Amino acid sequence: MATQSAAGVNDYGYRSFALGGFQFERDEYFARIAWPGGSHSMPVDLFLRAMIRDLAWSFFYGTVNFDSVFGTTNHYGNVDVFAGLYNNGYRSHNRHRVENFKSDDVKAVFEAILDDWTNERFDPFAAPQETGSAFGPKQGSNRAAITRKRLTARRMVGMKDDIPLRTDATGYTVNRQLADVEQDEPEVHAEPGFEDEVHAFNFFGYVSRSDVTWNPSVCAVVKDALICATTEEYMLPVIHGNDRVEWFVQLSDQIEWDVSDRETGEARARVVMKAGDVAAMPADIRHQGYSPKRSILLVWENNDASLPELYAKKRLKSNPVDF
Amino acid sequence: MMPRRTQFGSLEHYEKGGVEAINDDPRNYAFSNVFEVAAKAEPYEKIAVAKNLKYVLEAIRAEGVSPWYTASHDESAIVMDGQVEIRLIKLDSAAVPEEHEGTTMLEGTPKGRPMGRIVARRGHMALLPKGAAYQFSAARPGVVLLQSVAGDLTVERWKDICQK
Repeated sequence: MATQSAAGVNDYGYRSFALGGFQFERDEYFARIAWPGGSHSMPVDLFLRAMIRDLAWSFFYGTVNFDSVFGTTNHYGNVDVFAGLYNNGYRSHNRHRVENFKSDDVKAVFEAILDDWTNERFDPFAAPQETGSAFGPKQGSNRAAITRKRLTARRMVGMKDDIPLRTDATGYTVNRQLADVEQDEPEVHAEPGFEDEVHAFNFFGYVSRSDVTWNPSVCAVVKDALICATTEEYMLPVIHGNDRVEWFVQLSDQIEWDVSDRETGEARARVVMKAGDVAAMPADIRHQGYSPKRSILLVWENNDASLPELYAKKRLKSNPVDF
Repeated sequence: MMPRRTQFGSLEHYEKGGVEAINDDPRNYAFSNVFEVAAKAEPYEKIAVAKNLKYVLEAIRAEGVSPWYTASHDESAIVMDGQVEIRLIKLDSAAVPEEHEGTTMLEGTPKGRPMGRIVARRGHMALLPKGAAYQFSAARPGVVLLQSVAGDLTVERWKDICQK
């Protein structure tokens, strides 16, 4: 049973929360998670950065590890909340815990935690150099920063009745580290009657105006294939465990990925991607990225809802192509 | 403070990263580079650089004038290098059945109403709408990354393009 505590605040001004057997508390520096028979602590800035992405992505494709212990696994309608489930030490000694909830119940509790624990100067979607501190006693809130919606184009960004382009006027200025990205628009010469079909836009310019990091938004759709784009800086605040193959195309600059076994966390590879590089993330791994400069990444997803079961039952191979 | 220059790749200049295997086969990552693939390609070869079951991202070397193409579904084209003009025609009648997926090449100039044209440069994305015919032209070699479904024209040469 998911619950939210409406009780009073602790000595630091923060509320505590419960989700089934999981208890959530924070102090000035740490998020503290406890469950019958165990407990875990995380730096609260990392916890909040992970939680906002978990929410923004509606628990994403597969597993969102907040760190090596705590996280969620999406079953598309219901969600596993776990501690130690994908940690060899916890699993081998049967010290892990997993509880399943309706997605809406997890969402409600996580949203309440994020709302209460995010101070007014902290934006968990921003790069560390672009935001104030998450630490200290409670100081106001930052609802504008934590209620951004993930942008999902139905056909292509900028088309009629679809996700609009980003401009200075709509509050989307070019990011400081992508200031040299060309902002010119393509020439579009549509014959009368085809104004809504003949369409192009400055994709790199659009992405350079993203006000968030590590938060892919859907830009172009071909059936279940989704070109998603995101700007990356510093460190992906989650370790994403795949339930299907996804692909990365590095559009600018460089990202380094640590890739581990999805179940155990055992290191498998390090993938260094420079502009123009393409790499698959197999369906049986977890990955975390590091971007020393704000970079532009294309994340290519297959949104077919049947895939998680097909991969889980090994009816599909975890690697995308054989050669 | 040093300005932060954004690094893009091009046919003439690209740097390539790679897979540093710890306990894995690099082939699981099908690692390639779109500029390297396009640099070694014939004009308008559609070489898959990513494949997710039936879907593909194809690297295309844009050089000169292409044949006319069509598809029964939308496709999306990103210009990764150079300048590419895209001409569009609304076909009088569908050239391929709805269930036929992927890009189809058309013979000659198709019959239909001119829809318009797009001139796109690096970083621009264009819609290649369902049911339309389209043709690329590029005065100088450029690179297009195309999102589509694997079809008759898709070339898969993973062994040649990927890290082993």
